[in-house]
Amino acid sequence: MPQKLDYLAETPSQTAGPYVHIGLAPGAAGFDIYRQELGWDITGPHAKGERIRVEGIVMDGTGSPVKDVMLEVWQANADGHYAHPEGGGNVEDGFRGWGRVITDFETGEWGFDTVKPGSTVGRDASHQAPHLNLWIVARGINIGLNTRLYFEDEPEANAKDPVLNLIEWERRRATLLAKKTERDGKTVYRFDIKLQGEDETVFFDV
Amino acid sequence: MLKPGEFYQRNRERHPPALTRDYKTSVSRSPQYSLISLQNSVSETTGPVFGHNDLDPMDRDLIYNYAQPGESAIGERIILHGRILDENARPIPNTLVEIWQANAGGRYRHKKDTYLAPIDPNFGGCGRTLTDENGYYYFRTVKPGAYPWRNWVNNWRPAHIHMSIFGTAFCQRLITQCYFEGDPLIPECPIVKTIPDPGAIEQLIAKLDMNATIPLDTIAYKFDVILRGRRSTLFENRLEGN
Repeated sequence: MPQKLDYLAETPSQTAGPYVHIGLAPGAAGFDIYRQELGWDITGPHAKGERIRVEGIVMDGTGSPVKDVMLEVWQANADGHYAHPEGGGNVEDGFRGWGRVITDFETGEWGFDTVKPGSTVGRDASHQAPHLNLWIVARGINIGLNTRLYFEDEPEANAKDPVLNLIEWERRRATLLAKKTERDGKTVYRFDIKLQGEDETVFFDV
Repeated sequence: MLKPGEFYQRNRERHPPALTRDYKTSVSRSPQYSLISLQNSVSETTGPVFGHNDLDPMDRDLIYNYAQPGESAIGERIILHGRILDENARPIPNTLVEIWQANAGGRYRHKKDTYLAPIDPNFGGCGRTLTDENGYYYFRTVKPGAYPWRNWVNNWRPAHIHMSIFGTAFCQRLITQCYFEGDPLIPECPIVKTIPDPGAIEQLIAKLDMNATIPLDTIAYKFDVILRGRRSTLFENRLEGN
């Protein structure tokens, strides 16, 4: 009989449920408890780069907004460095690059302020186009969904991006492009996520 | 530059699939196309780092962290403790663990929860902590009550505590639920049953731990969480890797 490998197995995922806010954003659940909630300031005050706002909605297979979703954002700074020991370089004081995004319970709309990230190093010394990594949990989502937000106004970088190019169905690549608009002189990117149905967003097994 | 180790591929067969018809909400919220498989890049192998400045020591004590002075949460007092390890059995130190739960009556402190069990004025229902240098964590709380939910007409959730864990990389991010040994509602629950592998379900059941119980005070359950493993960075003094 062959020997055992003796690895442990990853703990299975379970849905975050409709009350994920209690644990991860108690203010949204309707009460204050902690000195500070985590994830409300993605960049800190000293971040370089273009300040942007990102807005969107998460839609289910019936076209209805998902009103109890929580998203997490993970991104590099304007130099393309993540705030992590292996993140590629230094980041500004107070830059964490991570945020939590809660939808409006009535409309399902969400939004957050951040800086536009720089290009990051991909596999085999390739360059990844500027992107935000998103992780989506909610009632009815059995295991968190990973996706990426790319910027439509980076056509050259996007055309060379190793991850976008991995998506065989070329027309589905558009589901990862945030659309640029302006409001009161500020850059706003629109990024609607479709969990299912026509133009379902591309999700990744990372 | 030495190439950092990559994470082992997630074994999707131990996790619930996206579409699980008996858990009805999944029907319209499950992607229909295959996930696109991505090899690790720096976007996946890095993740947010937290420190002791982010939280207070009291945050891990749900019996007192929302209670009025001189008061405490109502219910069976429990310690929930364990370790966060990776698939190589290496402890994950200084990682953020957040929990949330219903109160002893089965009611959440959430503006959307309308169940008829009373709100406990001294119980918030959430806590958070960092694992220590050996990956250990503990919380003190009250055992959550079972409660009914709208799926089939007569579905009841087993007592459970939701748990969110970060690990060291964004690709290790995990939210799960901890159930309690001996609960007869576990095999009845459509959310538990989203997991196809009975052995994987066992992994979500905390075991009664009499050794960690404080006599005449607080009963204890042990719950270890395993995050994805990683091939070692190849160090010059350890070229063999793991």
